[in-house]
Amino acid sequence: MLLTSLYNYWVVIALMMIGLYMVLAQGNLIKKIIGLNIFQTSVFIFYISVGKVNGGNAPILAHGETIYSNPLPHVLILTAIVVGIATTSLALALVIRIKRAYGSVEERDIQAEDRPC
Amino acid sequence: MDLLLDLALLSLLLLTAVSIAWTRDMFAAAMLTGIYGLLSASFFMTMGAVDVAFTEAAVGAGISPLLILATLALCGRNQKADPPRAMLALCLVGAVGALLIAATLDMPAFGDPGAPAHIHVAPHYIGESFAEIGIPNVVTSVLASYRAFDTLGEVVVIFTAGLGVLSLLLALREQQHPIRALSAPHPQHLVLRLVAKVLIPPILIYALYVQFHGEYGPGGGFQAGVIFAVGFILYALVFGLDAVKRVAGHGVVQFLAALGVLIYGSVGLLGMATGKNFLDYSALAADPVSGQHLGIIVIELGVGITVAAVMMLVFYLFSEQLQRGLEDGSGKELTSGRAG
Amino acid sequence: MLTHLPILQVILPLVAAPSCLIIRRASLVWLFTLGVSIAAFAVSALLLQQVSTSGAITYGLGGWDAPWGIEYRIDLLNAWVLLVVTGISTVVLAAARASVQAEMDQARQTLFYTLYLLCFAGLLGIVATGDVFNVFVFLEISSLATYALIALGRDRRALWAAFQYLIMGTIGATFILIGIGFLYMMTGTLNMADLAQRLPEVSSSSTVLAAFAFIVVGVCLKLALFPLHMWLPNAYSFAPSIVTAFLAATATKVALYLLVRFTFTVFGVQFSLTSLPLQSLFIGLGLAGVFVASVVAIYQVDIKRMLAYSSVAQVGYMVVGIGISSVVAVQATLLHLFNHALMKGGLFLALAGLAYRAGSCHIDAFRGLGRTMPWTMAAIVIGGISLIGMPLTVGFVSKWYLISAALESNLWFVALLVVMGSLVAVVYIWRLVEAAYFQEPAGDQPPVVGEAPLSLLLPTWLLISANLYFGIDTRLPVEVTGAAAQYLFGGAQ
Repeated sequence: MLLTSLYNYWVVIALMMIGLYMVLAQGNLIKKIIGLNIFQTSVFIFYISVGKVNGGNAPILAHGETIYSNPLPHVLILTAIVVGIATTSLALALVIRIKRAYGSVEERDIQAEDRPC
Repeated sequence: MDLLLDLALLSLLLLTAVSIAWTRDMFAAAMLTGIYGLLSASFFMTMGAVDVAFTEAAVGAGISPLLILATLALCGRNQKADPPRAMLALCLVGAVGALLIAATLDMPAFGDPGAPAHIHVAPHYIGESFAEIGIPNVVTSVLASYRAFDTLGEVVVIFTAGLGVLSLLLALREQQHPIRALSAPHPQHLVLRLVAKVLIPPILIYALYVQFHGEYGPGGGFQAGVIFAVGFILYALVFGLDAVKRVAGHGVVQFLAALGVLIYGSVGLLGMATGKNFLDYSALAADPVSGQHLGIIVIELGVGITVAAVMMLVFYLFSEQLQRGLEDGSGKELTSGRAG
Repeated sequence: MLTHLPILQVILPLVAAPSCLIIRRASLVWLFTLGVSIAAFAVSALLLQQVSTSGAITYGLGGWDAPWGIEYRIDLLNAWVLLVVTGISTVVLAAARASVQAEMDQARQTLFYTLYLLCFAGLLGIVATGDVFNVFVFLEISSLATYALIALGRDRRALWAAFQYLIMGTIGATFILIGIGFLYMMTGTLNMADLAQRLPEVSSSSTVLAAFAFIVVGVCLKLALFPLHMWLPNAYSFAPSIVTAFLAATATKVALYLLVRFTFTVFGVQFSLTSLPLQSLFIGLGLAGVFVASVVAIYQVDIKRMLAYSSVAQVGYMVVGIGISSVVAVQATLLHLFNHALMKGGLFLALAGLAYRAGSCHIDAFRGLGRTMPWTMAAIVIGGISLIGMPLTVGFVSKWYLISAALESNLWFVALLVVMGSLVAVVYIWRLVEAAYFQEPAGDQPPVVGEAPLSLLLPTWLLISANLYFGIDTRLPVEVTGAAAQYLFGGAQ
C-alpha cells in the first residue's frame, strides 16, 4: 500500500538529491548550474505529482468531463519554470565573466587564484 | 498502462540524472540536460499538466541547453576532478533526503481525489472559473486572473534576469570591434538556408497562434514569446546575427522588454483607475466576464513581448561573447579547455 | 487612493524599473529613482499611520477574495519593516550619485538604478504579501537583482562572490519552494491567514514538520544566520559601496521579517516555539554567531569585510530575541532590526565616502583619517559606538531590551553573553579609532585629498544622527515594536 502510493514521491526525492549533490560536490561551475537545474526541475515534478487526481483530465473544461487534475500546482510551476530559466541564464552569464577574469571555471583554480600570496 | 508509462518515465529520468552526474564530458552533460527536460515534459503530459509540459519542453529541452552549450563553447568541455569534499556533500544530501522521505510518510496517497489540496481552493477554480472569467482553460484563468500578480512577478523576474545578463556582459561588448556574424553565415549551405526560410514563417505564425489561443488550449504569452524568439534565433544561426540585428537591434529589444512589463502594469493600473483593485479586469469592458477576457488577452501580450525580447537579448549577448572568444586569439585556450 | 496604499507600495518601484530603461540618461534615472523611493517612503508612512489607528489592512489583488486570489495584508509588523526599508533606501539613493559615478562606467549606471529598483520592489513585495507563493516570486526578483548588483563591483572577486551567493540563494529559495509545496499539499491553500487556520489540524504530521524545517533553513540561508552565513562576507566586501549599504541595511532585515512571519503568524507560536526545541536552537546559533563572527571581525584588514562579519553577529542578536520568544524579547528583535539598519546604513555610507576618496577600505587607508576626513571618521566612530551598544545610541536601546528579556525569562547566562559580545565589538571598533587618530599615514600610501563630497556626507550624517536621536527619544520605535510584538503573541494590536 505504502509503496504503491508513495513510490512516485520517492523517485522524485532521489532526483532532487542527485541534483543537490552535483551542486554541492562538483567543482565545475557549469556542472553546478546543471545540478541546480536538475534539483529545481525535480521539485517541479514533485509539485505536478501533487496536482495529480486519479482519472483526471487536463484542466481544460469540456462537456461531459467532471474530473480534472488540480490546476493550481500547474500554475505555480509555470511561474517556477520561468524563475528557473531566469536564474540559469544569469548564472551562465556570471560563469562567462568568471572565465574571462580567472581563466578557469573550476572552483579549485578560482580559489587558488584568490588566495593572497 | 498509466502506471507502466509512469514507471518507465521515472526510471529514464533517474538514469539520465545519474549519467549527467557521472560524465566528465560537459558537452554530453548539456545534451543530457536537454533530454532530462524533454523527459520531465513528457512526465508532465502524463499528469495532465499540458501547459507545464509545453513550457518545460521549450525551456528545459530548448533554451537552457542552448545557453549551456554557448557557455561551454567559451569555457571548455572537459571537467576537472572534483575537489575533495564529496563526503561532506554526501552527508548533507543524505540528511536532506532522509528528511524528505520522512515527510512523505504522512502525505496523502498519490492521486487521491480526497487529498486536502484537491478539496479546498482548487474546486473553486474548476467549478466557478467559467462563470467568472468565461474561458475553458482553467490554468490560464488562474495564471492570468486569480493569481495574475504572481504572473506579473514572473515577467519581472525574466526582465530582471535579462538586465542582469546585460549588465554582466555589456562592458565586454562595448570594447569590441564592430560585430560580425555569430558563426560565419552559411552561404554554401543552400539546403540549410532554404529549409530555414521555409520553417521560419510557420514558426512565427505558430507563435501567434499559441499567444492568442492560450484561453482555449495549452499555451499563452510565455510559450509564445519563447517560440517567437526561437524563430529569430534560427534566422540568426543560418543568416548571421547581423541580419537579425538589422531588424531588431539591442536598443529595440531592450525597449520591448521594458514595454511588455509596462503593458502588464498598465492593465493593472487601469483597473485602479476604474475604481476597482489593481489587476481587476472586470471594469475593462461592459460586462465583467468580457472585461476579464480582454484583460487576459492584453496581459498575455505583455508577457509574450517581454519574454521574446529578453530571450533575444540574452541570445545576442551570449553570441557576442562567443564571437569575441573566437576572435580573441586567446580563443584556443578558451575553446579547448584543459583535460582533467 | 488611500485604499490602494498596500499595492502602491510595491507597484510604484516595480513599474518604475522598466521606465528607467526608457528614460536612459543616468542622471535623470537617478533623480527618477530617488523620487520613486521618496514616494514609496511616504506610502509606507501613511500605511503605518493607518494600521496603527485602525488595525490590519487587506487588499485583494485582481479584486479576488483570499484564498482564491493573492492578498496583501499589512499589519503593524510589516508596516514597520516597510517603513525601515523605504526609509533606508531613500537615504542610500540620495547618497548614490557620486559613488556610483566613481565606481561604474557610464553605460552601466542606468542598469544599476534599474536593478536597484527591482531589488527594492522585490524586498517590498516579500514584506507586503499575505500569500506564501507570492513570497517566493518576489524573493527571486530581489535575489536575481541582488546577484547582478553585487557582480557590478570593480574587483573580479565580486563575480565569484555573486556566483557563490547565487548558488546558496537558489538552494535556499528552492528549499522554501519545497516547504511551500508541503504546506499546500496538507492544507490546499497558499494564503498565510488561511494556512494559520488550517495548519493546527495537521500540525502533528511529519510533512508539516518537514515543511517548517525547509522553510526555516531556506530563510536562514538568506538571513545569513551562522553557520549559513558563508556567502555574506564576500558579497558585502566586493559589491559596489552603495549596494553594500543598501543590502546590509535592508536585505537581511527582510529575511528576518520572513522568519518572524513564518514562525509566528503562519505556523503559530504554539507550533513553532512550544512543541519544537527551536528556542534553544535559535539561542544557541544566535550566540554562536555573535561570538564567532565578532572574533573573526577583529582579524579583518578590509573594513568593509570587518563590518560584514559584524552584520552576521548582529543577526545573531536578533535571532536570540526570537529564541527567547517572550513579548519583550521579540520587541528587542524588532527594535534591533530598525536600529541595526540605522547603524549599518550609516557606517557603510561612511565607507562609501572613504572608498570615494581613498579608493579602498583597507585598514591602512584609515591611518591619519581623523585629520584628513574628520566628518567621515566622526560618523564611523559614532556608528561604531552605536554598534557596541553604548548609552545614548540606538544600539543601547535594543541591547537593553534584549538583556531585560533574557533576565525576565531567567536566562541570565544569555544576558551575560550578550554583554560579552558587545565587549568583543569594542575591540574591532577600537582598531579603527586607533588607526584614524593615533597613527600617521603610511609613507607609501597615496595621501587622502580631503573630506567626502557633501552629497555623500549629508545622507551619512542623517543616518548617524538618527542613531543618536532614536537613542534618546525612543518613543516611536518602542511603541510600534511593542504593539507589534504583542500582536504577534495574539494580543490586541
